[in-house]
Amino acid sequence: MSRIISGLTALQGWIDARFPFTSQWKAHASEYYAPKNFNFWYYFGALSGLVLVNQLVTGIFLTMHYKPDALLAFASVEYIMRDVPWGWLIRYMHSTGASLFFVCIYLHMFRGLLYGSYRKPRELVWILGMAIFLCLMGEAFFGYLLPWGQMSYWGAQVIINLFDALPIIGHDLSIWIRGDYVVSDATLNRFFAFHVIAIPLLLLGLVSAHILALHEVGSNNPDGIEIKKNKDPVTHLPLDGIPFHPYYTVKDSFGAMVFLLIFAIIVFFGPEMGGYFLEANNFVPADSLKTPPEISPVWYFTPYYSILRSITTDYMWIIRAAVLVMAIAIFWSVKTNWIRWGTLGIAIVLALLSWVLDPKVWGVGLMGTSTMIFFLMPWLDRSAVKSIRYKGPNYKFAITVWVIAFLILGYLGTKPVSDVRTLVGQFCTTLYFAFFFAMPWYTRADKCKPEPERVTWK
Amino acid sequence: MKKLIVISGLLLLPTLALAQEAEVRLDSAPVRNEPVQLQSGARTFVNYCLSCHGAQSMRFNRLRDLGLSEQEIQANLIFTGAKVGDTMKVAMNAKEGKQFFGVAPPDLSVIARARGADWLYTYLRTFYRDPSRPTGWNNIVFPNVGMPHVLYTLQGEQVIKQAKPIARPEAAKEEAAEEKGEHSPQKLVFEITKPGSMTPIEYDIAVADLVGFLVYMGEPAAAERHTVGYFVLFALFILSLVFFALKQQFWKDVH
Repeated sequence: MSRIISGLTALQGWIDARFPFTSQWKAHASEYYAPKNFNFWYYFGALSGLVLVNQLVTGIFLTMHYKPDALLAFASVEYIMRDVPWGWLIRYMHSTGASLFFVCIYLHMFRGLLYGSYRKPRELVWILGMAIFLCLMGEAFFGYLLPWGQMSYWGAQVIINLFDALPIIGHDLSIWIRGDYVVSDATLNRFFAFHVIAIPLLLLGLVSAHILALHEVGSNNPDGIEIKKNKDPVTHLPLDGIPFHPYYTVKDSFGAMVFLLIFAIIVFFGPEMGGYFLEANNFVPADSLKTPPEISPVWYFTPYYSILRSITTDYMWIIRAAVLVMAIAIFWSVKTNWIRWGTLGIAIVLALLSWVLDPKVWGVGLMGTSTMIFFLMPWLDRSAVKSIRYKGPNYKFAITVWVIAFLILGYLGTKPVSDVRTLVGQFCTTLYFAFFFAMPWYTRADKCKPEPERVTWK
Repeated sequence: MKKLIVISGLLLLPTLALAQEAEVRLDSAPVRNEPVQLQSGARTFVNYCLSCHGAQSMRFNRLRDLGLSEQEIQANLIFTGAKVGDTMKVAMNAKEGKQFFGVAPPDLSVIARARGADWLYTYLRTFYRDPSRPTGWNNIVFPNVGMPHVLYTLQGEQVIKQAKPIARPEAAKEEAAEEKGEHSPQKLVFEITKPGSMTPIEYDIAVADLVGFLVYMGEPAAAERHTVGYFVLFALFILSLVFFALKQQFWKDVH
């Protein structure tokens, strides 16, 4: 026994002389000090990582049997479901993982909104995270075409046609993306390439950068105060910090088991999730001549899809009013002259464009904005404190309204349009953007409570 | 050209939606998963469906799931030169199919997952005589369908008689619900003009078996999925407890 241990120690020494093994292990695990007061919301970062691994591993096995060919793709998925040993399990783990990836990422991002994890000094952690989110949306979109069912096909057709709406370059751009005049074999092949190699590479790089940036500045916590401010005078370690390993590795392992339990319930007993994870229409092979009566994206895209559908000719008046209000508000609040006149210039351009450009173009632009506006969070939030625990009523009210609007938009995106639904959608779209655009003012005016000296614990 | 077709397809979209959204209340398909029932469904399937529809993802020898041996499958369920390890390919080619019916009959491997059991169960029981159609047949849940009533020798021929609600025990309840505006049950009554070889009840059972088979064929691994699922859930539950205890143990010294 002692010979084995001494042998292993020697091996470790041999590696450490050539590769920063022990030092990296210490920096990122056994001596990375994380606040001890993480709560429920802090599980979802690690769980997102777990789902990422699940997607990569199951994806590799699916790639071994899947055929990226318009004539063979649909049948090859069924081949996996029937003739490949345990193929059905691999496929369901992948399809369920895709949806649960978004569940984890949404909850992980919402944690950031709750506790101000995007605030200084974590702006880059947040921005890298947002880049991961955008990549993930691309990854999901590309992957959804691969089963080559009706919903795959027409969903891709609708989304690529959005680019067609853009002025001047739009038409050529959409053909360039598809590689054909309609979604076809060429599109399927390139989407396969993006899905299995291009985006995953980007994702892995970004995830590494996200974690590196996080470990550089240290984790935030539900109190939104810096644990590095209170260090032990002798050891210089944060008094409220505990080593990530073993404390959080063991805690996250417990979280992972509970998560996998839920994951398994879906995979084994309801992989279609009532049509939300696997849509019935996607069991019909893609047919370029038969447009399905209802084309709706998968649930995780529906809020943005609703925003797209909300931008009608009438709604342009709301946009014009919003541009005017924003211009006046910025002009009023900012004293720097070039910003004031710049704002005025931008407002005039936007107002002109609101007449020049088709509402559809605005729809595409605002849908894009709705997914990317999170990038600005570090600079929009002007609260004196980071955490919602000590923020005043303004932010608490605003985020509650925003969550409700987001959920309603998500629901509406799964339904066909009607007059009432469009009106509700437009109302929620307005609330969605108001949360962000009005944030500098309502957070600055918020009556925040004093933050504690040390983290609240038990 | 391709693009033109797509565009015209898009223009037709609203009418298409109207045509397909004919609100028909679907009867709920009885659950059929006993081997005997599935075997009966498989027999109906290979006898009546497989000549025009294929099930390209389904292998004949997979029917061992239903408790049949390869010899039994070869002897009773394969009428072509197909080998027992082959998939259920269609006898007719797609081009001919398109000529015959206006549209190539779809592959049925995953039809139950696309349409749902209730839709299939109602569809296969609501064909009626309609002289205005080229095939002489029409259908309630799929109006103007290209497919003729292939099971008519079993069900017989029926015509629509617009009249009182169908005399079923639930009818009164449904009417009450309808008055409250909850949903509108189909107020259609069929009249059998020429009886088939089965009584209406026998026919319902035969269709239920057939739909049960289609559901099975949509996902042959479903039964295995459930069995494995219980073991996995049990294992994960135990692991959750273990890791919870481990976490409590480690966190004891965090103050």
